[in-house]
Amino acid sequence: TLRLICTTTAVQRKNAGASGPEKYTEAYIEKQIEEFNLGKRHLANMMGEDPETFTQEDIDRAIAYLFPSGLFDKQARPVMKHPSEIFPEQTKIQWGEDGRPFHFLFYTGKQSYYSLMHETYEKLLNVQKHQDELIAQDLPLQKEKRNLAGSRWLTKIELEEMLVEKMSDDDYSRFIQLLQKLVALPCADIEEKYIQKFAKEVPVQLQKVLIEPLQYDERGVAFSTGEGKRKTARATAVVYDNGTGKITVNGIDILHYFPVLQDREQLLFPFQFLGRIGKHDMVCTVSGGGRSAQAGAIRLASAKALRSFVTEKEVEFMRQAGLLTIDPRVKERKKPGQEGPRRKFTWKKR
Amino acid sequence: AKHTEQHEGRLYNIPLEEVKAVFPHGLPQRFQQQIRTFNEARVMVRKPALELLAYLKGSNLAHPAVRYVIYGERGTGKTMTLCHVVHYCSRQGWLVLHIPDAHLWVKNCKELLQSSYKKGRLDQPLQASVWLKNFKASNERFLQEIKTQKKYIWGKHESTEEGRPLGEVVEQGLARVRSASDAVGVVLRELKLQSHRGSFRLLAAVDGVNALWGRTTLSKEDKSPVSPEELTLVHNLRKLVRNDWSGGAIVTTLSQTGSLFKPSSAYTPQELLGKEGFDALDPFVPIPVANYSPREFESCYGYYLERKWLQHEKAHTEDGKAELQFLSGSNPRQLDRLAGPL
Repeated sequence: TLRLICTTTAVQRKNAGASGPEKYTEAYIEKQIEEFNLGKRHLANMMGEDPETFTQEDIDRAIAYLFPSGLFDKQARPVMKHPSEIFPEQTKIQWGEDGRPFHFLFYTGKQSYYSLMHETYEKLLNVQKHQDELIAQDLPLQKEKRNLAGSRWLTKIELEEMLVEKMSDDDYSRFIQLLQKLVALPCADIEEKYIQKFAKEVPVQLQKVLIEPLQYDERGVAFSTGEGKRKTARATAVVYDNGTGKITVNGIDILHYFPVLQDREQLLFPFQFLGRIGKHDMVCTVSGGGRSAQAGAIRLASAKALRSFVTEKEVEFMRQAGLLTIDPRVKERKKPGQEGPRRKFTWKKR
Repeated sequence: AKHTEQHEGRLYNIPLEEVKAVFPHGLPQRFQQQIRTFNEARVMVRKPALELLAYLKGSNLAHPAVRYVIYGERGTGKTMTLCHVVHYCSRQGWLVLHIPDAHLWVKNCKELLQSSYKKGRLDQPLQASVWLKNFKASNERFLQEIKTQKKYIWGKHESTEEGRPLGEVVEQGLARVRSASDAVGVVLRELKLQSHRGSFRLLAAVDGVNALWGRTTLSKEDKSPVSPEELTLVHNLRKLVRNDWSGGAIVTTLSQTGSLFKPSSAYTPQELLGKEGFDALDPFVPIPVANYSPREFESCYGYYLERKWLQHEKAHTEDGKAELQFLSGSNPRQLDRLAGPL
């Protein structure tokens, strides 16, 4: 019989101090998955639904119904999800019983990162070889440009999640440079599938808001309505076409309702931006808030109403100018132990 | 200056010496600043002014004096219309009795004296003397021509005989400050009595006439409030503005900016004058003054451009003009204030 002279590194590690965050064994996670599935069937039975077709949404609704909670943070409420979403992905132990690591790059420290770099470089060499072959055969090179504007590379955080391994900024930038080099070559279409793993689609249409069509009132004049709010003020605006540029607020002319120039400038801004100062009439109603809040609310409402009069490109310009976003700033709550939301009581030494 | 309706919207020039002679105290503050900046006085010809001038030209002197009340919202140009009319009349040779702001007489007065003429009335020597000085500056030649008709006794040793020129009365008022308000009263009465004789025509121009019937901020020594009737100046003015003389016209403006204890949104004669004032002024011709019409706005804007008052690059464009019009709401005062920092 052979006596084990040197203990395994696993045992050595156990004695050597803190082992970092708890590592879940594979068996443990599998058990959790079984329990989750069973629980799902039990829940379906409880709610009287069919266990076979019980989706995650149904689970969420059932949990919200059975355990109502008044907590504000959605992540603090009771949740029942598949264990792969709850337990963070962790590296399983990378070496076998004899202490030999599985991966050949284990001793570099960042094995997945270096293996990724190796793979990408392999693809690069492939593409270059293919290119040389095509040149040798005098065939035309394919030049279909990928849509660079619609996609972006994975961020460092996303890449870390994918590889389950930390990396530095430098490493990340080197990887991206390599990818870009690969994409720049004309015959990169061969490796399209590989590259798509590391590219993400940028949502092109961020503004999925419906633009209402123009309405026509009795006299045949086109008009449209919009609503806006700011702080505590709520405003509704009706913008008429073929006007002289007169604006009425709650039945009062703006000169009398807003004696301050700053408020009138706020009202003027959407029209000035579109270059339609003297063309539209406006009738608005506003309530709540203070002087400045009412002006901001009317501005939002009029910008929303003007969307129907204007092309899509100009709507995009307005959105980027910030005319269509609701201002999220509200009065901050006063905290106990302090005089105001941020101000502390005067500090006295004794 | 002969203006007809074609000239509406244009600006006309008043030479500086005339300005000093005719308006020693009448023009609004901001307009005076503008005169000093541009080195010339330019007044815009507007519809209400033209209306008034037409009435004045056609008025019959044998009838009792017609009263005109210019009213309108804040900053629409009432005082300027009044000054325009005053200038026209002085050019025509009328005797102009211009009271710049009646509100100055009912508030912020430091000295109040018991009147020597009548018990229970209060005198205001400071304001009276200021006004007499200005009156002298504006109407010098008339002072020599008009003669007094009664004998007035100022004190123990001073008295004015019959038939002396009015200039002496004015000097008397200026010299002896104590009796300045009485001197004012004398002047007003004389002019009233003599105007219907036809030797000259009298224009009484009062700015801020609603002060004569409102409340005052002054109080007597025992802290009881003073009503306007107890002030000699106000009392005499009321007599002047009453309709019992002929041979001239009375032009008045209502003003909310100086008025006391009245809400800022009030601008009709009824609200600002109060019941008393309305009854006293009852048969009058109202003349509303509105904001700039588009044509007037354009001419004002063009004037500012010409004098290079608008320095901002964008102000020269069409868009800038539309912006200015929107922001000022075609209100002359707002436009003036807006164009200032530009």
